Amino acid sequence: MSKENVLKVENVTMQFGGVIAVDNMNLEVDKGEIVSLIGPNGAGKTTAFNVITGVYAPTNGAVYYKGNKIIQNYPQGKMKKLYRGENPMTYTGQHAVAPTPDKITRLGIARTFQNIRLFKSQTVFENILIAKHMLRTSNIFTATFRLNGKEEARMRRESEELLHLMELDDVRDELATSLPYGKQRHLEIARALATKPELLLLDEPAAGMNPQETLELTQFIGRIRDEFGLTIFMIEHHMDLVMEISDRIYVLDFGKPIAEGTPEEIRNNPRVIEAYLGGAQNE
Amino acid sequence: MSTKKKNAWNVGLIAALLILLFLLEQTLPSSSMLFTVLKKGAIYALVAVSMNLLNGFTGLFSLGQAGFMLLGAYTYAILTIPMESRNSVYQYFDGGIIQFTLPIPVALIAGGIAAAVFAYLIGLPVLRLKSDYLAIATLGFAEIIRAVFQWDKLGPVTNGSNLLRNFPSFRSVVFPFVVAGICIALIVMLINSTYGRAFKAIRDDEIAAEAMGINLAHHKRLAFVISSFFAGISGGLLAMYQTTIQASMFKSAMTYEILLIVVIGGIGSVTGSCISSFLFIACSEWWLRFLDNENLYIGGFHVPFLRPGFRKVVFAVVIMAVVLFYRQGIMGTKEFSVEGIADFFKRKFSGKKEKKGGVSHE
Repeated sequence: MSKENVLKVENVTMQFGGVIAVDNMNLEVDKGEIVSLIGPNGAGKTTAFNVITGVYAPTNGAVYYKGNKIIQNYPQGKMKKLYRGENPMTYTGQHAVAPTPDKITRLGIARTFQNIRLFKSQTVFENILIAKHMLRTSNIFTATFRLNGKEEARMRRESEELLHLMELDDVRDELATSLPYGKQRHLEIARALATKPELLLLDEPAAGMNPQETLELTQFIGRIRDEFGLTIFMIEHHMDLVMEISDRIYVLDFGKPIAEGTPEEIRNNPRVIEAYLGGAQNE
Repeated sequence: MSTKKKNAWNVGLIAALLILLFLLEQTLPSSSMLFTVLKKGAIYALVAVSMNLLNGFTGLFSLGQAGFMLLGAYTYAILTIPMESRNSVYQYFDGGIIQFTLPIPVALIAGGIAAAVFAYLIGLPVLRLKSDYLAIATLGFAEIIRAVFQWDKLGPVTNGSNLLRNFPSFRSVVFPFVVAGICIALIVMLINSTYGRAFKAIRDDEIAAEAMGINLAHHKRLAFVISSFFAGISGGLLAMYQTTIQASMFKSAMTYEILLIVVIGGIGSVTGSCISSFLFIACSEWWLRFLDNENLYIGGFHVPFLRPGFRKVVFAVVIMAVVLFYRQGIMGTKEFSVEGIADFFKRKFSGKKEKKGGVSHE
């Protein structure tokens, strides 16, 4: 089976002032995989996500999506002196590539947020419909004068279909924030899927869920991976979920990747047990 | 109700309104305060809706509306003063340097475009700011524009700080209603389009909107430019209504009046802005006028405190009460519609207690 590389993070370092949040991270995600990023609180997982999605420009390093370089930076300005990370010279002098998050999404990388960010004043259906905006071909005039009837109809139809697939059609017209917590998570994932991504980044999808909801989410993530042909890269704390569905796991500690491997390998890796599980195996 | 039926209702209502206006004009004396309120109310409704597009639907707190109205008003006036009266209007500047006139509709649209162009240019730096900072920057812009237009060196174009007059105006109340109506309809169509949804997404959560592939800078600029375009057109209408204009009219107090209309009507409600605009103008120009009358007697009793300017005190209290007790404004984020009223009465008569009636959620 030939592996097609979807996401490649290369020597990425993110330094805020004197603090290194992500230290020389390297990782790869192949097509169709579910890869998890784990680590204790403050290990830099969400920062890594924010670098990949363009929220932060990395201090140093590059990110590739399907073989194309999408992000690249090297220490510049004040950071030249402050930089304490590795490989400071690798990217120096090359063009800095720093796309905004919306460009990253349009490339096919969608994400969800650790603290759910839904459009509060909109209904469930409208939340999904908004995500279809980026796939428009109409401009502001054709949209205002309804000359894009076909496109508008397609947006609505696709959103309806997605709602149906995500089993959200019974709450179609409710305000997004009036949904129960678990459903809000589902909706956020559905909204990300509405942008038709190939790579889905989930930031702690099971945060605040009880074991039953976590179990449902586990099945849900597996299902959408198969149904939408997705590649999934996620941050998670719930070990049951991570061990159950991950193909591979990366472990981050104090910004540094300390281990990589299958769930089995990670479970038995002494460094991981020491750093993450604090020596006691009680997952 | 189906969309077609709804549209038929709306068209019918608008036609009925225009006919009513026409009939009123035929029957009532033209000096009636009602017409003043209707004309000015329609103009303020347009600028309030344009401000609502920005503040209420895109979540950009901008206070530059008076500046854009000034641009629209001046562009309209400068381009429509008839050739024969240019010498008397620009008496200190040898008749000015603009020596042509344009038809009224073209000049109105040109006013909108002038405002939009300036909005685009100042939007480039200013739209990087957020909330209060954006408000201060746009307010500053409006003040600068006002000062620049009074500058003597620009006199050949703007007539300096002197009045611009003799440009064509309207007499019938139908004209501002039709123009403002068309513009508001365009804004509503925009809000209901996929771009409108993107604007609302930015208002609700910028970070999430960006993660949904919405280009923040582009969409904010669009909203800013479009809002300014319509503010420019309403500026042109205001010039027509007042028959003379002067840069010193477009003070920041004007922006606050418009902001007040938007807040009272409900931030994020187009119909709310329209209704509150008429109420606001009626109160400030008409209904509360009696408070300025020093010698008011009710049944032989001399009402105390009344004197010129007292109206503004009462007005301020009314506004404070509205903001304190109706924090959502008259309409909240809801819209006034035929369907909503029908539902309201159905509920009333069937005696069922359900959610708030009278309005429907679009």
